[in-house]
Amino acid sequence: MKLNSQIPGGPLAQKWTNYKDHIKLVNPANKRKYDVIIVGTGLAGGSAAATLAELGYNVKSFCIQDSPRRAHSVAAQGGINAAKNYQNDGDSVFRLFYDTIKGGDFRAREANVHRLAEVSANIIDQCAAQGVPFAREYGGTLTNRSFGGAQVSRTFYARGQTGQQLLLGCYSAMCRQIGAGTIKMYPRTEMLDLVIVNGQAKGIVTRNLVTGKIESHSADAVVLATGGYGNAYYLSTYGRGSNATAIWRAHKKGASFANPCFTQIHPTCIPVSGDYQSKLTLMSESLRNDGRVWVPKKKGDKRAPGEIPEDERDYYLERKYPAYGNLAPRDISSRAAKQVCDEGRGVGESGLGVYLDFGDAINRLGRKVVEERYGNLFDMYHEITHENAYEQPMRIFPAIHYTMGGLWVDYNLMSNLPGLFVIGEANFSDHGANRLGASALMQGLADGYFVLPYTIANYLATQKPGSRPKADTAEFKAAEKDVADRLNKLLGIRGKKTITEFHKQLGKILWEHCGMARNKAGLEQALKLIPTLRDEFWNNVNVPGEGGDLNQSLERAGRVADYLELGELIVTDALARDESCGCHLREEHQTPEGECQRNDAEYAYAAAWEFTGVGAKPNLHKEPLVYESVQLAERSYK
Amino acid sequence: MNITLRVWRQKSRHETGHFEEYEAHDLNPNMSFLEMLDVVNEQLTKAGKQPIAFDHDCREGICGMCSCVINGEPHGPENKVATCQTYLRSFKDGDTITVEPFRAAGFPLVKDLVVDRSAFDRIMQAGGFISVNTGNAPDANAIPVGKEIADQAMDAAQCIGCGACVAACKNASAMLFVAAKVSHLNLLPQGQPEKSKRALAMVNQMDEEGFGACTVTGSCEAVCPKGISLSFISKLNRDYLGAMLFR
Amino acid sequence: MNLLVALFKSSLGKKYVMALSGAVLVLFVIAHLLGNLQMFLGPEAINKYAAFLKASPEVLWGARSGLLLMVGLHLFSAALLLRENSDARQAEYEKKDLVAASFASRTMIASGIILFSFVVFHLLHYTALQIDPSFAEMHDAQGRHDVYRMVVSGFSHWWVSGFYILSMGLLCLHLSHGASAMFQSLGLKNERNRCFIDGAAKTLGLVLFIGYSSIPLAVLLKVVK
Repeated sequence: MKLNSQIPGGPLAQKWTNYKDHIKLVNPANKRKYDVIIVGTGLAGGSAAATLAELGYNVKSFCIQDSPRRAHSVAAQGGINAAKNYQNDGDSVFRLFYDTIKGGDFRAREANVHRLAEVSANIIDQCAAQGVPFAREYGGTLTNRSFGGAQVSRTFYARGQTGQQLLLGCYSAMCRQIGAGTIKMYPRTEMLDLVIVNGQAKGIVTRNLVTGKIESHSADAVVLATGGYGNAYYLSTYGRGSNATAIWRAHKKGASFANPCFTQIHPTCIPVSGDYQSKLTLMSESLRNDGRVWVPKKKGDKRAPGEIPEDERDYYLERKYPAYGNLAPRDISSRAAKQVCDEGRGVGESGLGVYLDFGDAINRLGRKVVEERYGNLFDMYHEITHENAYEQPMRIFPAIHYTMGGLWVDYNLMSNLPGLFVIGEANFSDHGANRLGASALMQGLADGYFVLPYTIANYLATQKPGSRPKADTAEFKAAEKDVADRLNKLLGIRGKKTITEFHKQLGKILWEHCGMARNKAGLEQALKLIPTLRDEFWNNVNVPGEGGDLNQSLERAGRVADYLELGELIVTDALARDESCGCHLREEHQTPEGECQRNDAEYAYAAAWEFTGVGAKPNLHKEPLVYESVQLAERSYK
Repeated sequence: MNITLRVWRQKSRHETGHFEEYEAHDLNPNMSFLEMLDVVNEQLTKAGKQPIAFDHDCREGICGMCSCVINGEPHGPENKVATCQTYLRSFKDGDTITVEPFRAAGFPLVKDLVVDRSAFDRIMQAGGFISVNTGNAPDANAIPVGKEIADQAMDAAQCIGCGACVAACKNASAMLFVAAKVSHLNLLPQGQPEKSKRALAMVNQMDEEGFGACTVTGSCEAVCPKGISLSFISKLNRDYLGAMLFR
Repeated sequence: MNLLVALFKSSLGKKYVMALSGAVLVLFVIAHLLGNLQMFLGPEAINKYAAFLKASPEVLWGARSGLLLMVGLHLFSAALLLRENSDARQAEYEKKDLVAASFASRTMIASGIILFSFVVFHLLHYTALQIDPSFAEMHDAQGRHDVYRMVVSGFSHWWVSGFYILSMGLLCLHLSHGASAMFQSLGLKNERNRCFIDGAAKTLGLVLFIGYSSIPLAVLLKVVK
């Protein structure tokens, strides 16, 4: 297998324009002859479905929730970046591009990131026109806030629920098309396999989550927009339903999985409070605009935060990174928190937490302004912890939040399987080894509104209209049978342990050995533990109920079974990447201060893994990352 | 703490449902209500019984998926939170908690505590959008929106589409949902061209879905996890009246 | 015509009819009270006022048929809404918390039905003079219908006054919700005036209750005789 990234020629800033000028097009009369399947209705899937339908394609859209509006993009709080330079503070397409590349510790594909920065401004225009109620100045213009990893204010936001508002924007655009009959919507439907016909992705097999019915759907192209795989770690800020099944099944059908070990750990989450906990809640990174992060200077200092005098506090981010201070990128802030906790200076009952203090901000701006900016986040914090963050500092701790890795795609966002496109968090393309805040929303919408609609035509134009297979060919029947067999197998085990027990165990292995800091010995141990756990799962899991109706246990069992395979790949990748970069800190490779030491000579590539069988060692294919416009530098935020 | 749960169990809409009682022991007051259901489900699974089906996803009060009626109140006893943000500290040790699904003709039951809220999607499909194709948009600052209007639109746009308003209303009216959706777009300058059409189409679809009328009891506002104001219903009434008379 | 069909077809249309007919009835109830309070000015005032009202049968019957139409519309749309609303709920909750819904808002149908039966009785009693035929024979010195004596005589029965005061209580309840809900239904409420309208409706209900009840009470307490 050879990976061809299909990066267009010409200077970096001209590539996308050149590309658009020369791609193949599908003429308007022919568009309605093509069916496109889009799995997932978050920002990427929703915007792609709406836009392709507006263009005239027939879209079939699938989601596991009861409504497309509930995809987990809905939960993003802080904002969306765009190189508008409305603040006149020196922002530009190049700066957004450079911040993103640098934020990703030089492990992202240059051309993709530049394109992302280029279309970022159009996203804001599109969303404003759809009625997304972005925050405004009194004069009626849009306002911005600043976010981690940037020295300009380029983040647009809608109170603390930018994700929901942007998602409602593309959901409403989808609704318009569903009403017009150009999108056929399949809610509460889970994709359980990808169907390949003559080497090209031509359909999917789904399970109706209410009736249990297994069905095949064929199309001229398949788009996966199913988000990330962070739930493999059990505790994460992901929605409980978010899962990796669609991309994992595609991977098993031949799509390469790139950089699986790049899993982002977000620094500002509410610490774990007990064993029963089902998920972690993120507090928006925007809080770091005005909040100051600190821990006591003394080890094991159990005094209440208010009793610790100023000179006994260690504002460690401001101390270590004076230029960026509390706005240091996520991976760096997370690791710094881990370090101080490892030193025994963590706060809270478990010692796994640091303070995020608004005392200064309240003194400087007044409680009213702080309330206006972050009121809903403070409320949320209060709901969960029952603590008042106006009076005492918040306690925060890092948690799994996003996965930069995903299915490998070329510049067209097409995987190595022709006809299979992967957009949004599900692909690997834009964030390298670490994603900056407010860039996930940007990437999802960029892919769906402004990139895929062009690049998919380039593929569809090579497919004869009407040439797609019917959904009852041998390939579909075989895939349906595989899916049914697997479900029956899960239901037939009737073992002793619950699905959650397995999932928690896997999560613990991954968090311990492949979390914020990784080392060879730990990763090798994880590589032993995971297959054992997987074998136990297939012999001893208890999946109650039947396959013929709504069975949430069965749904979860299938997803956990996939995590048990994917988890091994995450660890394999982490072990193979014998350098530190971004979120991936190999303890063997760090500076004396504990910063990442990249090895550009040997590891400036995207690691694309080819599936060779469950438990078998996957094949590694390397896509070299060639930097034409930026100098690979040490990523300093000091 | 210990809790006795009375949970509505119903295999499908074609079968009759009934309450079943479960004991949950050694619970932590900082546990969320859904985490308590997780614990009960683990117990049921281990005992070879069917776990309770309930909708949930983000568990941080924004996706609108969770939907139980807890002791007669949609989303439980606390104000301005969803079921997933309801914590056991809101209950007393030894309490018996009754958990029912949302009950409304517009929300047919799927299983146990899960209901079908696709009526809301169909209302949105009738007109809950601004017709602007991707690529048509002018520069975002070309359409100034005063802060006050933008804030009001945002107040309405906060709706998470959970359906608690319908569940709480004695008439199972969806007016608060529809009002929030219509007002969000009708307040903004971008929404003006389709203002009347939107109000008419969405209200008509709401009626067709079998939701009741608003009697202004205010229950919807009280249970709304986002605190959407009744004033938006007034605005919808105004927009619809205007549309009916002058369009 | 289309507008009429649309009015009764949509749920909001029916609410507009409820609100507008309700508004006319509220105005009538206020005017009626102002007329009635002339009881306290003595027989001359009230009998003169009654004679004035009856002076022109065209105007009188015009007003009466207008009011009757309003009552009819109010009842008709209420009945339609009642049917739709109960269809919309179907299954009831086993345990139901009332969550913010006031007693008045939950009992509009019941208070409405009792009020309606009161109105029928009230009309038979003092307008059609069917309950006590002797009322028809009451004339004052100028030969006008002696409304004053009729009212005093009617209210001196404790059960008539009792039913009257009870009904006025229900009217107060009905209006304390209805008079503010109609502003909501017509889209006249907003965040700023909301509290004021709610308060004003409750005050109006209370004032009407005190005003109307004062007459039978005065009769029973022999202040007016």
